[in-house]
Amino acid sequence: MTTTTETTADTTATATVLKADGVTMRFGGLTAVRDVSLTVRSGEIVGLIGPNGAGKTTFFNCLTGLYVPTEGRVAYKGTTLPPKPHLVTQAGIARTFQNIRLFANMTVLENVLVGRHTRTKEGLWSALLRGPGFRRAEEASRARAMELLEFTGLAEKADHLARNLPYGEQRKLEIARALASEPGLLLLDEPTAGMNPQETRATEELVFAIRDKGIAVLVIEHDMRFIFNLCDRVAVLVQGQKLVEGTPDVVQADERVIAAYIGSPMEDSPEDEALAEVQAAEAAAGAADTQEDAK
Amino acid sequence: MTTIIEPTEPAVAATPARGLLPLPTGLAKALVPAGGLITVVSAFLPWTWTSEFAGDLTVYGYPAGLQTLAIVAGVLALAYGLGEHGVPGLRWTNPGKSPNALFLAALTVFAVTWYTGIAITVELGGLVNLEPGGFIAMAGGLIGVVGALGLPQPADNEATGLAAYVAKPAHVPDAELPGAWIQRLILTAAVALGLVVFTYGIGIDPAESETFIGFVLLVAIGAWTLNTSGLLARYSRLSAGHRGFATTMAFVAAVIFPFTQSDDHNANLGVNILIFATVALGLNIVVGLTGLLDLGYVAFLGVGAYAAALVSGSEFSRFSGVHVPFWGAALIGMGASLVFGVLIGAPTLRLRGDYLAIVTLGFGEIFRIAVNNMDGSSGPDITNGPDGITNVPDLKLFGFDFAQAHEIGPFTIGRFANYFFLMLLFTAIVVLVFTRAADSRIGRSWVAIREDETAATAMGINGFRVKLVAFALGATLAGLAGTVYAHETYGVVPNPYQFAGAAPPNSAFLLAAVVLGGMGTVGGPLLGASLLYLIPEKLGFLKEYELLAFGVALILLMRFRPEGIISDSRKKLEFRATGQMDVPDQTTLEPATGVAKAGG
Ligand SMILES: Nc1ncnc2c1ncn2[C@@H]1O[C@H](COP(=O)(O)OP(=O)(O)OP(=O)(O)O)[C@@H](O)[C@H]1O
Ligand SMILES: [Mg+2]
Repeated sequence: MTTTTETTADTTATATVLKADGVTMRFGGLTAVRDVSLTVRSGEIVGLIGPNGAGKTTFFNCLTGLYVPTEGRVAYKGTTLPPKPHLVTQAGIARTFQNIRLFANMTVLENVLVGRHTRTKEGLWSALLRGPGFRRAEEASRARAMELLEFTGLAEKADHLARNLPYGEQRKLEIARALASEPGLLLLDEPTAGMNPQETRATEELVFAIRDKGIAVLVIEHDMRFIFNLCDRVAVLVQGQKLVEGTPDVVQADERVIAAYIGSPMEDSPEDEALAEVQAAEAAAGAADTQEDAK
Repeated sequence: MTTIIEPTEPAVAATPARGLLPLPTGLAKALVPAGGLITVVSAFLPWTWTSEFAGDLTVYGYPAGLQTLAIVAGVLALAYGLGEHGVPGLRWTNPGKSPNALFLAALTVFAVTWYTGIAITVELGGLVNLEPGGFIAMAGGLIGVVGALGLPQPADNEATGLAAYVAKPAHVPDAELPGAWIQRLILTAAVALGLVVFTYGIGIDPAESETFIGFVLLVAIGAWTLNTSGLLARYSRLSAGHRGFATTMAFVAAVIFPFTQSDDHNANLGVNILIFATVALGLNIVVGLTGLLDLGYVAFLGVGAYAAALVSGSEFSRFSGVHVPFWGAALIGMGASLVFGVLIGAPTLRLRGDYLAIVTLGFGEIFRIAVNNMDGSSGPDITNGPDGITNVPDLKLFGFDFAQAHEIGPFTIGRFANYFFLMLLFTAIVVLVFTRAADSRIGRSWVAIREDETAATAMGINGFRVKLVAFALGATLAGLAGTVYAHETYGVVPNPYQFAGAAPPNSAFLLAAVVLGGMGTVGGPLLGASLLYLIPEKLGFLKEYELLAFGVALILLMRFRPEGIISDSRKKLEFRATGQMDVPDQTTLEPATGVAKAGG
């Protein structure tokens, strides 16, 4: 692993951090993501929205190497990424999961320490011999992890098991763990799902603070208010295809987006009527939000 | 689950629930120590008329075998009973102030005395074989339990009926720690107690299985009592502050063990236990920490043992001219196991799921069959086939001849005791490797993979590489133990290296030792291997039903204590917590073992 990518802030403010080119992901007959291109520049917060099943999470999985895209190319700061999750993280992209995937039986601190994996290199021998180098690295890692826990407001709970944290704090811990790998780009998959309004506001602040650290953010979210408050740019994914991309104002005004949310993408598949109804209701709520915001 | 929103509110003011039996509280309280006392006294009377029954329970004034055990149980009940009455100097026995500790102490007495009474009756044919002493002992046991069942339950106990009497108190108050020297004294005393218990157990004559069963009952329910009273929690808190000292004392106790044995046969049991315990600890890296199911682990022990035997200079070895000094043999054994570990691991660890289990299961069998066939007629002449490589000469290290008994002061250290000391050194190394590796970057990545492999790789962990390191390290440690095993047992034969069998070592035995003892812990596999080795050894009558009993025991354990006897603080939560992700469980989190406070 000779990747020399350093996660220092780029010299040019508009340098491209992420460039996805024609990413397509097919599962047998189902094309979950179809020819999606997306660029994230340094210092940006980019939103990714779309109805349920639009392929947002699948797109994230393609970016991070969990899926090998059927077609297309993902580049981070100019280097094409191999579709291997650990190399992607090594290169500088970190992520959280929609369905929280913490190391449930490890402590909060240990979770963040695992996130430090790519930025430390002590192997088995140094663990067994415990030389001064090992101690120093271990202490530095712990100090850094504690800093991140302070940053996310979890320092008090450092010694708790991750599984015992309340839901909202688990989401925060996922963010802390992702930040521990010192990424240049952070991918957040529905970071406020299941949160109450206060927690959502706090998460908003957190995302801004992360951006201010010089980390670009790409975030999936169903909470429109959250997305339109936060993002510099928003891309809309519908049925695996990118429908629109632009500033929040442009996207909110776009009729196709509203249509996509109201008109169920699964109209002609009769088996999922209930789902379609739910989606319609959700979309209506989303649209209401949008209008409120526009006022 | 809505009832535990305020978990640690000590419900002192609330009215305590009544006991199961309607006894006046004063009387109930008095009955527990009274029962204990009666049993202690009864042990000085004959319990039966004939010395045919295990031990000799016929003599006035000389308690033997099961009577001694009854005395210990009685003293336990007495101590808890008197502690409940506020007798100074005994209150520490029950820091959780739970009546359930009293119940379990009384139950210990009951179990030992009634078991003995029933065993005498059944074995000798009828109640007539019981002398009055036996009846008195059983009466003592019954009185204690009746008294304990009359004790009122604290109001915060949610369980009802009999289950309420074995529930652990929700909250054990923190004690002010005594001075550092007193703490060390307590640790030393506890380790000494452990040594006494182990020595007593291993010293029981295999012909007296009855006594051994009584011993297991006493230790099991006695330990349960200590646990329920909160004493074990206090102890582990204490030892957490003196980890190095506690570990050292445990090893000192192990060093003392051979000196307590006049019979080298017990040292033989001791060294075998050490070997299997060490191998189980190596397996724990693979299974307990990394979560990889290795069903053929014993083969790595075999590879190490065969490698050592081949270069030992035995005349049955293919290379009988070669006699490598032991340190060389140990390195060769480890190296060979390492190579096989990598060969097996490299292709399979890339895949997910259960491929590894199947491949290792196959490897375990192939190893035995291959070794069986490499005798020069059905295969190349390497391992001497089913006859194995026998007559492996005893070790000589620095002029110390392992074959000879050595006199050290008034003690005789026999052949097996010599190997015991050598193996103890290796056990110490493996314990050190385990603890150091577990608490490091690589150890955390193993646990991360066990917990969620996808998330672990997304955190930048190269799953394949990290798993391969764990697998190869486990194999290497087993190989190291194998080199001693080959010398200690005078040679190697293919037969023991199978998946499941009546006698250890076999892969199922090792896996069971890890699971039963407690995955992911150091103490667990050591304790599990000791129990699994010792129990069949002492219960000769089980012979044909050994595997059946083994299976039943495992099922019961998985039903009632899935995290194993010694629980990893993490595992315990995993199995016990019932989907209460959002309920912070303060009490169970406090003794955060092994995780140093960060930032310091
Ligand atoms: N591994 C897979 N195999 C087959 N189909 C898959 C797989 N992963 C995702 N899909 C399908 O791809 C489509 C897109 O799913 P995806 O999870 O990406 O949606 P999403 O936009 O994240 O939706 P949500 O908002 O509900 O999270 C769905 O129809 C899903 O069933
Ligand atoms: Mg999704």
